[in-house]
Amino acid sequence: MKVSVVVNGQERSAEVEARLLLVHFLREKLRLTGTHVGCDTTSCGACTVLLDGTPVKSCTMFAVQADGREVTTVEGLAAAGTLSPIQEGFKEEHGLQCGFCTPGMLLASKALLEENPDPSEEEIRWALSGNLCRCTGYQNIVNAVQWTARKLQSDSATTGAS
Amino acid sequence: MTEEHTAERWLGRSVKRKEDDRFLQGRGNYVDDINLPGMLYMSVLRSPVAHARINSIDTSAAEALPGVVAVVTGELLAQHNLAWMPTLSGDTQAVLATDKVRMQGQEVACVVAEDPYVAHDALELIEVDYDPLPVVITPQQSLEPGAPVIRDDKEDKQDNRVYHWEAGDKEATDRAFEQADRVVSFDTFYPRCHPAPMETCGCVADVNPVTGKITIYMTSQAPHAHRTVFALVTGLPEHQIQIISPDLGGGFGNKVPVYPGYVVATAASLLIGRPVKWIEDRTGNLISTGFARDFYMNGELALNNDGKMLGLRVKMLSDQGYAYADAQPSKLRAGLFHIVTGSYDIPAAHVVTDGAYTNKAPGGVAYRCSFRVTEASFFIERLVQTAAYELGVDPVELRRKNFIQPEQFPYTSATGFVYDSGDYERALDKALEMLGYEDLKAEQAKARDEGKLLGIGVATFTEVVGAGPSKDYDILGLKMFDSAELRVHPTGKAILKIGVQTQGQGHETTFAQIVANELGIPPSDILVQHGDTDNTPYGLGTYASRSTPTAGAATAMVSRKLRDKARELAAHLLEVAPEDLEWAGDRFQVRGAPDRQTTIQEAAFAAYTNHPQGMEAGLEGVTYYDPPNMTYPFGAYAVAVEVDRGTGQWKVKRMVAVDDCGVRINPMIVEGQIMGGLTEGFAMAAMELITFDELGNCIGSNFSDYLIPTSWETPKFELGETTTPSPHHPIGAKGVGESATVGSPAAFVNAVVDALAHAGVRELQMPIGPDKVWQALVEAGLAE
Amino acid sequence: MYPASFEYVAPATLEEALETLGRYEDDAKVLAGGQSLIPLMKLRLAAPRVVVDINRLPGLDTLATENGGLRIGALVRHKACEKSDLLGGRWGTLGAAAPLISDPIIRNLGTVCGSLAHADPQGDWGSALLAMDAEVVARGPDGTRTIPLRELFEGPFVTSLAPTEIITEVRVPDPGPSAGGTYLKLERKVGDFATVGVAVHLAMADGRVGRAGIALTAVGPTNLRATAAEEALAGSELTDEVILEAAEMAAHAAHPYSDTRGSADYKRKVVQVFTERGLRSVATSLGAPVQAGPQGPVTNEASLEATRRQDYFSGEDTLAGVLEELEEKPGGPDGGAR
Repeated sequence: MKVSVVVNGQERSAEVEARLLLVHFLREKLRLTGTHVGCDTTSCGACTVLLDGTPVKSCTMFAVQADGREVTTVEGLAAAGTLSPIQEGFKEEHGLQCGFCTPGMLLASKALLEENPDPSEEEIRWALSGNLCRCTGYQNIVNAVQWTARKLQSDSATTGAS
Repeated sequence: MTEEHTAERWLGRSVKRKEDDRFLQGRGNYVDDINLPGMLYMSVLRSPVAHARINSIDTSAAEALPGVVAVVTGELLAQHNLAWMPTLSGDTQAVLATDKVRMQGQEVACVVAEDPYVAHDALELIEVDYDPLPVVITPQQSLEPGAPVIRDDKEDKQDNRVYHWEAGDKEATDRAFEQADRVVSFDTFYPRCHPAPMETCGCVADVNPVTGKITIYMTSQAPHAHRTVFALVTGLPEHQIQIISPDLGGGFGNKVPVYPGYVVATAASLLIGRPVKWIEDRTGNLISTGFARDFYMNGELALNNDGKMLGLRVKMLSDQGYAYADAQPSKLRAGLFHIVTGSYDIPAAHVVTDGAYTNKAPGGVAYRCSFRVTEASFFIERLVQTAAYELGVDPVELRRKNFIQPEQFPYTSATGFVYDSGDYERALDKALEMLGYEDLKAEQAKARDEGKLLGIGVATFTEVVGAGPSKDYDILGLKMFDSAELRVHPTGKAILKIGVQTQGQGHETTFAQIVANELGIPPSDILVQHGDTDNTPYGLGTYASRSTPTAGAATAMVSRKLRDKARELAAHLLEVAPEDLEWAGDRFQVRGAPDRQTTIQEAAFAAYTNHPQGMEAGLEGVTYYDPPNMTYPFGAYAVAVEVDRGTGQWKVKRMVAVDDCGVRINPMIVEGQIMGGLTEGFAMAAMELITFDELGNCIGSNFSDYLIPTSWETPKFELGETTTPSPHHPIGAKGVGESATVGSPAAFVNAVVDALAHAGVRELQMPIGPDKVWQALVEAGLAE
Repeated sequence: MYPASFEYVAPATLEEALETLGRYEDDAKVLAGGQSLIPLMKLRLAAPRVVVDINRLPGLDTLATENGGLRIGALVRHKACEKSDLLGGRWGTLGAAAPLISDPIIRNLGTVCGSLAHADPQGDWGSALLAMDAEVVARGPDGTRTIPLRELFEGPFVTSLAPTEIITEVRVPDPGPSAGGTYLKLERKVGDFATVGVAVHLAMADGRVGRAGIALTAVGPTNLRATAAEEALAGSELTDEVILEAAEMAAHAAHPYSDTRGSADYKRKVVQVFTERGLRSVATSLGAPVQAGPQGPVTNEASLEATRRQDYFSGEDTLAGVLEELEEKPGGPDGGAR
């Protein structure tokens, strides 16, 4: 089947089997290997991408379901070689160690901040409870999201943007 | 005018990590990201039964499936002497089953295909005829006379014993027990759990048929050791084998053993002449790879009425699975379990350890255990807590009374460890202060009157890491030194190559900081390379918190070698004698005339452009460091919990962790390691479990059943530190990667038990699910 | 991790979807959220020949009240329910359950109706909607029918739906102005299936319980109604004694089995504890003179989030509020000054 998805702002098409999981489409067909596979029971969230801006587990969707829709992967957060605010926040606050869960965490965090620009610790932990991490113990990830929230607020204050 | 030059300090500094940029942009290079031309994909058929004879394997339908290139069975491997392979403990393990399967999930056949989907389609077409055999699930069962012999592949093997090993002094301990006023006994089981890094194991094996070069991209925490093992096992020439461990998505000990998948993929690539990728799925990872713990411990503590400890006896029985595949020093059959006297000055101890085979996955030494120090630390801290209850004294006071005192270091323990340094009381006091221990105890008493159950648990642990001195430590004969190779380029930048292998610990940053501390070259100017056996010096890898103690020391030493040479170069440039120069952090200054100086960059340039006659050009060196001793990080953890009397659920209200790992290279990274370890400790105390039913079916072989806490359950941590440097380490650092995983489970368990201890409860079996608490509440008459 | 091959159709109309189901029957499965189906397919525990993706069908995403009752369409995601301001107050049972389904990312795709069609006895929506006496609307080759939930669930993962039918919505009847509810779930971690779940719903009439709904998760072959407990509550005043008795009866209605999550005795006990706590919460909010009861340190953790966002027991639905409302009606005590 032919599938056509706008990935990180670019239209990408391929001929795929119906059973090809979205995560495999991204990793193997498009060679965007930033999205990771960490389990086989939809439990870990390492495969999280944004589908029309909403976090989904790309291992539990078929690529054909994304036909005509927009997908954002970690590679789409910023131009190569630059870091978006959420990525900066994770670096500043040591919110990653091995980096394997990080793409999923970044995208879930970004979606959270878009919905809730000033989340409390509890709200962050709640929103990220679909993404497992073995390295960090989550505390610095919470700090990273809050760092980013403050930065986005102060950036918009300085620029006058809302 | 003389100017005071103050170089930047690079130890104790929270430098942001250099490796972050690629991970944050999704440009990490994990094994599954590797894509080689012509690459094939391998899937594994695993046994559904735990113990059975294999009557036949029919792969014909699988081979006929379009897209399948080969199906590998044990029979095929046996023709090349590859059906069995050695383990890191000197036993043998099946690569692919031939005569029998000995665990559920054992590898029986592998399919190599053009596409991973087809590779998995083909698995369903392989027909295996199994003849089930009686299953042995616990080591107690397996040691009973008449139990089915699991390793009947071994000639003359009539039982399921794996090893027997003792430490300490039996006579002295018996005497101590005879003299003691009180004996407190304690039995516990540390259940099977699993490191479960977010990235599973895998490899891309590329045997180039033209050049004969064998490149294996592999999830390996010890690439050099693995290369040597590969060479010995396959007979392939070691200089043609290049093992590259690219980025690893966590390890925690899971990526130390050699797994059948690696061997089959390599053999397949050799036979087919194309690269073969094998990435295990989570089920394969949990059911078959190096698990952790599964240890039965019984022990007794002999004390006087005043609480002074006189002797310790511990018997330990370990479930090894179907092969003795622990990754641990070869002379120490039970790893470092005999550190079990912990932080206490116990004059006599006797430790008896036994291992047994069962129909389960092989392994046991993993998951940040420091070679079984997790088990030992858990045991002593739970035993001491129990003793405090039996004696009617405060568990903190009992510990304090028996701590090894600062003036006793270096301290030789009753089982032969020489502890380098420690100040246990200082860490404990700090933890109690942070917690507000006395106030919390008052709150606990008040809460009890109101019908609420609060518990306070403390653990004061001493770890032993940094394996290890060559006289005592080797793995499969390979001594446990480690290495660092440093070259400073003409423009003053540098490349450091190390023999250890990060899996998230931040070595690209911390090791650069070690060099920076010695040479003043900023970390951003230092490239740290690791994980490629062709391009790094030989090392034993990263596990058991050994990197900083061994390769970190090697890095400091090689940097100093280069600094010595830089001094000569500077002397040459400044036309003074080398002894007239003072080192000022990043430059040499003439004593008494500091504005006459040579920076390290200038000295480096001179090494290539203006070196004195008689001196070799270049500024480069390599150090292989043989540590004189292990290092002994320690800490004091304190946890406060509340227990729900209706449902048995428990929640951590406070968790205070004071760690002392000597000098901290990068406090931010150290704290990250600690928080990760505390989370794993919490997870083991609360929810992680691999268990088996009586048929040998594994329960806990996927993330639906094997529970990893999310951000919601994981407690918040309050971290503190004390610093007691290691006297024998070049920069006084001890290593910290595993401390929190070692020390914290007992703190959590002690806390939950403490909530019920006033009603006589002494033990709750990990993982302490709410159902177990509720059962104890009911029996203690405390249920809602 | 790798599903078996299948044919994929994504019809644009319900008729097309039904036509495909009609043709393939047992060999076809409906895909809405896919958060239950696809995991099964990846483990090859399910291998349908045809997958019918209904995500493009129009008009199935209604989450609204209509004539007092609530309609939740087939494409309403768990997340929409979690975020909706609608599911507080009298619909509190549903508002409390929504945030507790699985994990936050799965909630973005998974659907309420899909959950009902899946009929996992460990599923939460089944209990929440059973407690509220909901029914599903099913379209099939022979037209439309409604199936009360208590007739929908037949066994673990077995419903009375024909393979040729699609649930188009679930309808929840209007419980009246003085009603409230909650849902308590004991899970070992976020994303784990329930060890035990209890849905509680009370609809008051004249200061007494009009209708009570108590439904249980993970303690039977399907989501279960604790009918004896419900009947004991119906017509009663809400007192401590009545609540304790109902809780005990709910525990008797449970048929759990022992497993790694706990013994059957334990699970029955949690049913009792949760029923009691749930009833106390709801009763207190409805103005009944009962004790608030112990909450424990790990209450309905998730509802921390939900309680901040929604009001399970909104002012207008308290007893006092209702009396106020009655006073203003024509024929009421005031004589209806209109």
